[in-house]
Amino acid sequence: MSKILEIEDLTVSFDGFKALNNLNFSMNTGELRVIIGPNGAGKTTFLDVITGKVQPTEGRVLFKGKNLKKIPEFKIARMGIGRKFQTPRVYLNLTVRENLDLVCNSNKNVFSTLFSRPNNNETRTVGGLLETIGLDTKANLQANLLSHGEKQRLEIGMLVAQSPDLLLVDEPAAGLTDEETENVGALLLSLAESHSIIAIEHDMEFVRQIANDKVTVLHQGALLCEGRMDDVQNDPRVIEVYLGETPTTS
Amino acid sequence: MKDETGIQLKRKKNKNRLIEVGAIIALVIVMAVLLPSVIPAFRLRLIGRFLSLAIVALGIDLIWGYTGLLSLGHGIFFALGGYALAMHLKLQIPEGQIPDFFTLYGVKELPWVWLPFHSFPITILALIIVPGIVAGLIGYLVFRNRIKGVYFSILTQAALLVFYNFFNGQQKIINGTNGLKTDTEKIFDLVVSSPNVQRTFYIITVILLVLIYLLCRWLTTGRFGRLLMAIRDDETRVRFSGYDPTGYKVLVFAISGTIAGIAGALYTVQTGIITPSIMQVAFSIEMVIWVAVGGRGTLIGAIIGTMLVRLAQTFLSESFPEIWLFFQGALFLIVVTVLPDGIVGWWTGYGWDKLRSLLGLKRSVVTYPSLAEDPEVQREIGEISENK
Repeated sequence: MSKILEIEDLTVSFDGFKALNNLNFSMNTGELRVIIGPNGAGKTTFLDVITGKVQPTEGRVLFKGKNLKKIPEFKIARMGIGRKFQTPRVYLNLTVRENLDLVCNSNKNVFSTLFSRPNNNETRTVGGLLETIGLDTKANLQANLLSHGEKQRLEIGMLVAQSPDLLLVDEPAAGLTDEETENVGALLLSLAESHSIIAIEHDMEFVRQIANDKVTVLHQGALLCEGRMDDVQNDPRVIEVYLGETPTTS
Repeated sequence: MKDETGIQLKRKKNKNRLIEVGAIIALVIVMAVLLPSVIPAFRLRLIGRFLSLAIVALGIDLIWGYTGLLSLGHGIFFALGGYALAMHLKLQIPEGQIPDFFTLYGVKELPWVWLPFHSFPITILALIIVPGIVAGLIGYLVFRNRIKGVYFSILTQAALLVFYNFFNGQQKIINGTNGLKTDTEKIFDLVVSSPNVQRTFYIITVILLVLIYLLCRWLTTGRFGRLLMAIRDDETRVRFSGYDPTGYKVLVFAISGTIAGIAGALYTVQTGIITPSIMQVAFSIEMVIWVAVGGRGTLIGAIIGTMLVRLAQTFLSESFPEIWLFFQGALFLIVVTVLPDGIVGWWTGYGWDKLRSLLGLKRSVVTYPSLAEDPEVQREIGEISENK
């Protein structure tokens, strides 16, 4: 099976502090990988490096075999990596439909955005997405009138509209009610059928819901262990990191 | 049901568009045909100047209201446009002569920068293109390095000061602090300050205001406009969606500069003189204030704000010469504290609904109208109360 993402000896240091320390990681095309780890384990930095927001100090990141070093964020996004942020980041002053339409735009150059009108294909994609994320009745509502959970779903919809090969999802269940969490989980599982996904999560209940494949545990910027959810949960090192002598407070 | 609401939406849009087109045509007729015949020439000239200022305000609204970049340096582009036209007017003299101010500094030959301005078409082209290119260059250098927010504002103000001092110091080229007087010059063999020429400038200003308003409307609706708002609201998100914001910002800043240049030219001929004082810091800040008073992100607000502030200034300074500045200060304080969205923003967001419910045309609602009147929400409320 081909690797969609490979990370080799990755180190990122901020003024000497190593947010990621000699990290090795790889995942297959079509996999849904969940990454867990206590606060400060380097999970968000990990996503920052993949999306080009932060440059690696050492090591390299390969996406579909291509080194991502020095490629600006928007080009990485066009190559097929979509990212969802920890807090929902949607365009609050646009309607739900407009939010999706902007991302759906197939040619993102200045002048084609200015002169071209949305074509049928894109309109159909937006319509389909509205149904997938369950917001079709609120399509013409401004995004700032949506609830937190609806915003989370909209942002995931925006990711999919980008038609990426790899989805990076940062804590999609943060701040959601149980019912909303389950909705988001089901949405991720249905997306996993056609995309590769990396999900970062704190909520163990949620991790159990979505982790069919492997789970990766990060600790202090390095890979602690990797395996199926049941194995990882019973791994003494993981238990020590999460519950050990100095409990981590959030 | 979904399709039905879509058609309704479209119909409503078409109706609104018709109303808007009608309103614009009516306003143009009133402003361009009726007004010149009823008010005295010097008043007309004043209104013409205010309308040209409204054109800059549109440019500021484009870059600040929609794209979220607060420029404090639009005086540069305004002055560049003004100087371009003034230089052309200064050259309307017999062959071989040079404008008389040059003799003050012992200059015998026309500086090379003046040469293109012999031709009227090139002048028009220059007053459109030069401010745009300067704005585009400044924009490219700033935006490429991801300078934004307050740092962008400071940089534009610094650039303004650089241009201000440079123009002040160039006596041998553009008469330094004294500036260029246009009132006594001729255009197409007619004296610029004569009533007929001034009326023509006034009508041109009205027409250009409408054209530039329509240009801004076109830019701010549709995908491009929505992307500008997206850049304003969350630039990082835009970047991660596969857009490069730099190109968009440079283009909008350049267009905004071009608009300011056109406005500067119109303002200059209706003022009678252009001096570097047009690039004083306070004037560029005032441009921003017009937009804030009228309402950021609403094009019509930029025009209304400019006219209101300027007309109030004229009226108050005539009636209360000693204390009128206090009124101006009060106006700005009121806008900042009570109407953060400006007059138009307040009207569309609150005033209009309030008025309609006071007149009994519409149910008064406690939450957002778009929520409380949504058929889906209404249905759910009905279901809940039935279940009780």
